[in-house]
Order: sequence, then C-alpha cells, then structure tokens
Amino acid sequence: MATKIVMEALSPTMEEGRLVEWKRQEGDTVAEGDVIAEVETDKAVMELVARASGTLLRQVVAAGATVPVAEVVGYIGEPGETIDAPTSTKPAKEKAPVAAKAKEEGKVKEGEEEGEQEPEIEEEEPEGTKATVSTGDATGTGGRVKASPLARKMAAERGLTLGSITGSGPEGRIVKRDVESARVVPETTAGPPADAGSGPRFEDQPLSQIRKTIARRLAQSIGPIPTFYLTADVDMERAAEARAALNDSLGDRGRISFNDILLKALASALVQHPACNAWWQDDHIRLWHEVHLGMAVAIPDGLITPVIRHADRKGLLTLSTEARDLATRARARKLTPEEYTGSTFSISNLGMFDIEHFTAIINPPEAGILAVGRIAATPTVVDGAIVPRRRMRMTMSCDHRVIDGATGAGFLRTLTRMLENPLALVL
Amino acid sequence: MAIMTYRDALNQALREEMARDPDVFLMGEEVAEYDGAYKVSRGLLKEFGPERVVDTPIAELGFTGIGVGAAMAGLRPVIELMTWNFALLAIDEIVNSAAKMRYMSGGQVQCPIVFRGPGGSALQLAAQHSQAFESWYAHIPGLVVVMPATPADAKGLLKSAIRSDDPVVFIEGEMLYNQKGEVPDEEYLTPLGVAEIKRSGTDVTLVCHSKSVSVALKAADQLAEEDIAAEVLDLRTITPLDREAILASVARTNRAVVVEEGWSFAGVGAQVVDLIQREGFDLLDAPVLRVTGADVPMPYNKFLERAAKIDPAGVVAAAKQVLYLS
Amino acid sequence: MTTPDTGAPPAVTDLPRDTVIGYLRQMMLIRKFEEKAGEAYSLGRVGGFCHLYIGQEAVAVGTMAALGPEDWITASYREHGHALARGVSARAIMAELYGKATGSSKGKGGSMHIFDASLRFMGGHGIVGSHIPLAAGMAFAARYRKTNAVSVCFFGEAAMNIGAFHEALNMAALWKLPAIFICENNGYGMGTALARASSILDLSRRAYSYDMAADVVDGQDVFAVKAAVDQAVDRARTDSRPTLLEMKTYRYVGHSMSDAAHGTYRTREEVEEFRQRDPIRLLADALRAADLLDEAALEALVAEVAAEIEDAITFAEDSPDPDERELHTDVYAEPR
Repeated sequence: MATKIVMEALSPTMEEGRLVEWKRQEGDTVAEGDVIAEVETDKAVMELVARASGTLLRQVVAAGATVPVAEVVGYIGEPGETIDAPTSTKPAKEKAPVAAKAKEEGKVKEGEEEGEQEPEIEEEEPEGTKATVSTGDATGTGGRVKASPLARKMAAERGLTLGSITGSGPEGRIVKRDVESARVVPETTAGPPADAGSGPRFEDQPLSQIRKTIARRLAQSIGPIPTFYLTADVDMERAAEARAALNDSLGDRGRISFNDILLKALASALVQHPACNAWWQDDHIRLWHEVHLGMAVAIPDGLITPVIRHADRKGLLTLSTEARDLATRARARKLTPEEYTGSTFSISNLGMFDIEHFTAIINPPEAGILAVGRIAATPTVVDGAIVPRRRMRMTMSCDHRVIDGATGAGFLRTLTRMLENPLALVL
Repeated sequence: MAIMTYRDALNQALREEMARDPDVFLMGEEVAEYDGAYKVSRGLLKEFGPERVVDTPIAELGFTGIGVGAAMAGLRPVIELMTWNFALLAIDEIVNSAAKMRYMSGGQVQCPIVFRGPGGSALQLAAQHSQAFESWYAHIPGLVVVMPATPADAKGLLKSAIRSDDPVVFIEGEMLYNQKGEVPDEEYLTPLGVAEIKRSGTDVTLVCHSKSVSVALKAADQLAEEDIAAEVLDLRTITPLDREAILASVARTNRAVVVEEGWSFAGVGAQVVDLIQREGFDLLDAPVLRVTGADVPMPYNKFLERAAKIDPAGVVAAAKQVLYLS
Repeated sequence: MTTPDTGAPPAVTDLPRDTVIGYLRQMMLIRKFEEKAGEAYSLGRVGGFCHLYIGQEAVAVGTMAALGPEDWITASYREHGHALARGVSARAIMAELYGKATGSSKGKGGSMHIFDASLRFMGGHGIVGSHIPLAAGMAFAARYRKTNAVSVCFFGEAAMNIGAFHEALNMAALWKLPAIFICENNGYGMGTALARASSILDLSRRAYSYDMAADVVDGQDVFAVKAAVDQAVDRARTDSRPTLLEMKTYRYVGHSMSDAAHGTYRTREEVEEFRQRDPIRLLADALRAADLLDEAALEALVAEVAAEIEDAITFAEDSPDPDERELHTDVYAEPR
C-alpha cells in the first residue's frame, strides 16, 4: 500500500505551503527521513521529509504549486505499485483539493467505476500531521476552537495550544481524551525552548477586574490590540563615543553596531520592567522572567522576526554575533521555527533606511515593540549653547491591555537613560 | 444486619421515634384503624393509642394545617399524606404556613413537622396518581425535601426528619415500599443534606434520587459490561442539596447525567446542572445531560406508560453521549 | 347594604373600675395606634399592605380580657389591635410596621405578620382562612399535652367561605378541641358584601353543620364580647368543646390603606351611620353614665394614649433597619 506524502504544517501558523522544489524525482528510491522536497511556509523555506521508505511513485503537485496543509502532494510505495492518482498536475497556484483536481482532470484508472475519486491507498495519515491539523487558533484570531472546559484547562496546564489538537467530540470538540493523547507540541509553539536557567521561566498573573475592563474597553475602541505609542528622543552622543571606543579595542575581533547597543540596552531595561516583558494571554497576562528579543529583519518578500534568546544574559559581543548570524540566515530563509518564535518583546530598526521616526506593529502575544529611527546630528541646547549632537527617536507601541501609559513611560525612561549613559550597561 | 422492606424500615423509624419522644404523633387518612393505606403505620395504633395515631377525615388542607398549628405549639407531628398527589389540596399550609413561619415571626416560631407519603409514578394509575412533585417543594426556602432510595436510608432519614426543627417534606417512593435491603440493627440516624455514592466509578457520574437510583444502578451495571465505570450518586436530600458531593464526583469523572422521574422543566436535575455548570465549569468534558420522565400527563396504557417513564436504557444512552461514545 | 345593630348600650357589669377603664384605654390605644399607622403609611414610612382595625376594637379587647396567659391566639392580617390587646408593646408593633430590627419579627414580617411567642400570640396570617386550621392545631396540642389552654382564632366573615374553615371546624368539633373561632363580621370581604358571598346571612348557623356551640354577639359592646368569650372559654376548658362566635362589627376604613373607605361598594352615609355605634364612644358613654369616668379622667387617658403612641412612632423612627446579614437567618433552624 502506498503512503501519502502530505503538505505538513511546518510552522505554527502555517495554513498552506508552496512546494518550491522536488528534491527527489518519480522513480527514485527514498528512505524514511530523506528530504524529498522544499516547502516555503509563511515564514521560511523548510524541508519536507519522507515518512516512509520506498519509491517515490508520484509527484501529485508540481514545483511551484501552493497546497493547503494536509493535502496530498505525492505517494511513496513499492515499485510498480498502482495508485489511483493523477500523473501530474499543473504548476498553477491552486488551492483545490487533490481529489477535486483529479475529478477535474478525469484521470481515473481504466476499469474503475466512475465516481470513485479517492486514490486507493492506505487510509492512515502520515504520522505527525494528525496532531497539527489546525481547527483554528486557540488564541482566537481565527474561528473559535470548540473544546470542553476541562480540555481547555488541561491544555493550558500542559502548555498545549488548542489549535494544535484535533477534536474527536461532536463538531470537532476537543475533549479530555484528545488532550491526553495529544503529542506534546514542541516548546517553540508555546514559548522559547527550555534551557539551563533555574527557577520559573515566567509568572502567569490573573487578570484583575480593572485589567479585564481596560482590556475589553480598549479593544473595543481600537482593533484587537488596543495600541498606544510613546516616543522618546535620545541623545546618542555618548553611545556613539562608547561604540567607537569599543570597536577600536576590538580590532578585527568584531564590530559593535548601534543596533547591538540598542539590543543590550533594551534587554537590560526589560529586566527592570517585567510589566513590559509580557504576553497578553486572553484570560491572564504572562510576565516573562526571561528576555527573548525579537528583531525584525527585512527579507526580499516580507519580514521575519528572528529571536535572540536570553538577550539579557548575553554580552554585547555575543549579542552582536548572534544578531548578525540570525539576520543573515533570515534573509536566506534558513531559519528553523524555533528561531523565529517565542520572543517576549520586539524591536524594529529602520535607521539604516534613513527613517527619522515610525511606529511598529505589535507582534502578538507580545505587549510591546520598539521602533527605532536613524541617528542624525541635531541642533541641541547644551549648557545654554546650541551644539550639534547625534540624536535618535524611538517609539514604543504598547498593548494597552497589558501596559498602561505610565508603565510604558517608566520603561522608556530607563531605556533612554541607559542609552544616554552606556557605561551603565557594563554594570 | 436485618433484611427488611422499605415499608417496614419506615415503620420502624416511626415506632422508634414515637417511643423516644412523646411529642411525636402520626396523623393522616387511614393511618390508625386501617393500619395505613400503604401499611407504613401498621401496628402503631395498637402500640401508641388513638391520641398519638390519629385518623382524619379526607381533608388534606385541614389536617395538614392542624399539624402545622400543633408544631407551632411545640409538638412534632408526622402528617401522612396518602399520596403526594393529594398534597396539592394542602400545599397552602405547607408552603405559606410551615415554610414561612420561622422567617415571618423573626425566628420566634418554628415548625418541627414531617409531611410524608408516597410520591412518584406507580403502575397504571394514570395522570392524577403518578406524579413527582419534589421540585415544587425544593423550590421553597424553609422546606427540607428528603427522598430516600433504600430501606436503610428510609429509616435513618425519617428519624432525622422527625428530629429536625424544620418542616420536612419526606417523599417516599411508591414503587419502593416492597424493596428489600439491609438495615442496621443498632439505632442510627442518616444525616439530612448528605448525598451518598451508591456505586463508585470514574467515567461518568449518574446523579439520582429515590426510584431513579435503582434505574441508575441498573444502567451502571449495563455500562460496566462495556468497561464504563459509572458512579451512582444518590442525593437522598434534595434540599439542602449536597453540593460538595456532586462537585467532588464530577471532579473525578468530568461528566454527569442527572436522572429523575419527574418532568424536565425546572426539575431537580435542572438545579443540579446549574450547580455543575456554575461551580464545576472547568471540571466538565461534556455538557451535562438529563434523563427525565416524558413531559406528558402519565398515560394509563402500560406501553405508553413505559414510554413516559425513565429506564436504564435511556440512562446508558445519555452516559455514552457524555463520554463521546455515541 | 348592611345596617348597624340597634342593640342596647353596653351594660357596665360589676367589674372593678380599673378593669373597665383598662378596656377603654386599650381600645383608645388601638384606635390611636391605627390612626398613626395610617398616617405613617401615607407618609411612606410603612410599606406593603396595611389593614387597619378602626371600628372593631371591642372584639379584640373583650376577647383578650377573657383569656389567660396559657392560651393560644392566631389572627388574620388585620391584627395590630389583637396584638396590642394581648399585650404586645406598641413600640414592637410599630417598629415592625416600619420594618425595623426592633420590630416584633425583626422587620421580616411587617404589618401582616405580628408575632410574640412569649405571649402565645401566634401571628397575623396573610392567606385568608389559612390560620383557622393552625388554630385548631394549637387546640389539638393543648389537649394532646393535657393542658388547660384554649386556642382562639380571629378571622373575618369572608374567611368562612373558604375550605380551610370547614375542614378545621369539622375536625375541631369531631375531636372536641378546645378552640374558639371568632368571626369578626364587619360586613365586607374587601369590597364584597356578605350577602353577595354567603348563601346564609346568619353566620352562626354554620356551626350547626358541625354540631358546634355558637353565639351571635354585638361586637361593638366590649362587655358583651367578653361575656360571650367567657362562656366559650369555659366550654373549652371544662368540656373541651369548641365554639363559633359571630361578632357583629364594622370597619370604618377601607380594606387596606390602599383601598377607599367607601365608594363603589358602600356609601359614606352607611359608614357614618355605623360610626354612631363606635365601640369606644359606647363604652365611654356607659362609663360616664355609671359615674366611672369624668371628662378629666378621659382627657388624661387621651393624653396618655397619645404619648404612648407618639413614643412608639419615635421608637420606630429611631430604630435601625435590620442588618443585611439577617436576610439569610431564620429560614432554617441552622443557617445554611
């Protein structure tokens, strides 16, 4: 019996994937685990591996086709084994299910009765897809996930996302047994990977009544994330001096950018202001004890936010090296899902594009993002005289359900002081 | 332990309490010379005399009110209603007088009285003689509503009811009078307001009372054949409802089916469901289902009657539904 | 249309002067209490239903005078006067009307539910006739415990048409209970004249159905009332037999404070005509005639009664509302 090759959900939010390239051709022998195709998800280009050993019998879709998650893209089986499926497909970007496609094309095996469209192959779905067939996003961006109250509670306790569990109850309701049998989804979908750190990784704070009211009222007022903006104008003169001195001393061991200093200062400020290093979780707020910085990186056809793990525990040079590596691989679309999920706060820097000032869009469930503009010489009053100083404007977008005005302002003041007194960063 | 019928267990409770406390007396239609329409009071006239075992005319409102008045004056009457169907004639004295007396007197006057008699459906007695009224009384603050399912509970609960300082509506199962069971030999009281697990299980809770307990137990037997362990929780007292026992059981099983003989609308089960959804929301893996009598006057024809009554098959089906097995 | 009894004026008996002056004082106290209660109701201080007893005072006072402390009393919702005549303080009753914590039922009963268990005053009851079996039950308890107590029940003539009346009287007669059923026939069940509600007008004849002793009494004559109840008490205590007494009386006010005194169902003239036989005036006149009362003594009584009721009003006004925690107490023996 042939095994289906299906479009797998290779990112937490993936609903469809584009089959970029077949790595194996029809007739090739493949072993379980071999890469058979490259798939572009909404975030990155990923590898699709064989879930069975045998011969690649059929490529149902051609390179370039976009296929919904869980749809069949090919078959693996015994050489010569007959499968009832189309021999090839148009490379068109078409989302129609395979069966429907087969019907359209009328490629039915000789002698088969009309109307039997399903390929005569093993009914079992390849392992690994079942648990990820999404019925929606548990956090509620899509349709509501049906789950029993108990199942919701259990899933939350186990750190499982409801959207990653297939419900077996009426109308797909997720019930206790579904949660119990659910594969533990890699931590990446729920948060950053566990590491050597001791103590609790975060603290879930129940919503106070006033917090609930603030969340409800503000969300009514402005989209799902009631955002407000705080801007600070930072004197970067001393940061620039410090950077120059550092780079002198580093020589060819590396170069520190303004962005690296920003990352360091941001991570340190977040440690002091845990209220801003938080996730909105619909029925509670998660205050992170760890700082994972998302760093927006422009890529040819979009944007991705790789994550610097434990940014608060890393020195400037490490941060610098890591940031550069992540950015490079992001542009090459070679990031793994763990590398672009689980940030606790994000930063977007468009200074290199000469942007003076802008606002960034919050990356939920995070509660804030910092938008950083260019550093430019600006007439500044110092001791009663007008002198040119290098200055930078940064704007923090805040989710008002989590961060109130004064909270955000306090955080921004700390950040500003750190940038204006960069020596403090080494303390 | 002695094996005795539900009827004899009730008789023993009456006898023991009348012997213990001279303020306890029994009043009702045919309770004395006839030895009781259902023979619950058999032998009591002979033992305690006509002053304490009092036959009344057919005048439910009158003798129920007389009982309430006697309780207000400090006696502990047991008022037998030949069946609870006839209590509709007396409900003003139960609801407007007995239940309210303590409150509207600011705590000065209490009504330690038991209204007792058979309720629920019987066999082919048709519409006016086969009814379950517990939800009517359970609705009234000030009343305690007790519905024993076994001989042991019948005795222990009736003794507690007689000793209670509150008015107690004690509804016996008309179909249970001949049911036999073990009854402890030594004196005992079964506390009011405490439910009992009649069978333990981990998969689904069957909440029941009175005759529906035997229906639930049969259903549990059938479920066990399919490896489903049903817990049978006998409420025993409808008000005060043993909320802790219900929630504790649902915490174990995550699923519940509430079984009662009465009609569905605003029934006892509705109250149990309300409790579970309100205080046990996160315990639930499935909506709580109810199994009730059909919402029709009880038909006479025995096939129609069977269709109107609850049965183990209906409970099994509901249990499977909350287990997502159907 | 009903007409007043034209019976003879009250005959002052050989009772001691203090006793008869006491009757007058009690009747005046009830009258004043009811007038002030009506005033407080009009001012919004008293809520709910409020049924006044003005015009019927002699029945309560005459009856209570014939009873002892061991006897049980139950009444309808028009019971302020009975409670006062039994000895419940004007303060406790007025505070109850005000719904205050110091009221006889801690503010939980109101005008229709005055209780004082220590005086065996077992309540005003709000459902017409429902307390008649209760009274029979207290008589049952009195006999059961072999005490000498009797149970007295006050109700209006309209309650005689309700099933509970028949059932209770039948069993009281059948079982020979020491009960006295006092029908205060004031002519109207709310707005329905007796003749429009009862197939017989001589209400005492209802007792024949149960082979029960009965009497018809001039309810405006406190001495006649007392004499009739004395007889009934004797019958109950010595023979353990019940009695039905029809007290012919009249209420000068509407059924309740929210009902008109006259209008669609009776005329102003009729009310005025009955006022000529005001029980208080009749008694005062009789006492004057017997040289037991002069103007100075009457004025002193008026002032005394006014002061007592004024004190009751002040007490009620100044008393606190019940604590919110009282909401859930007294529902069951043990708070839940």
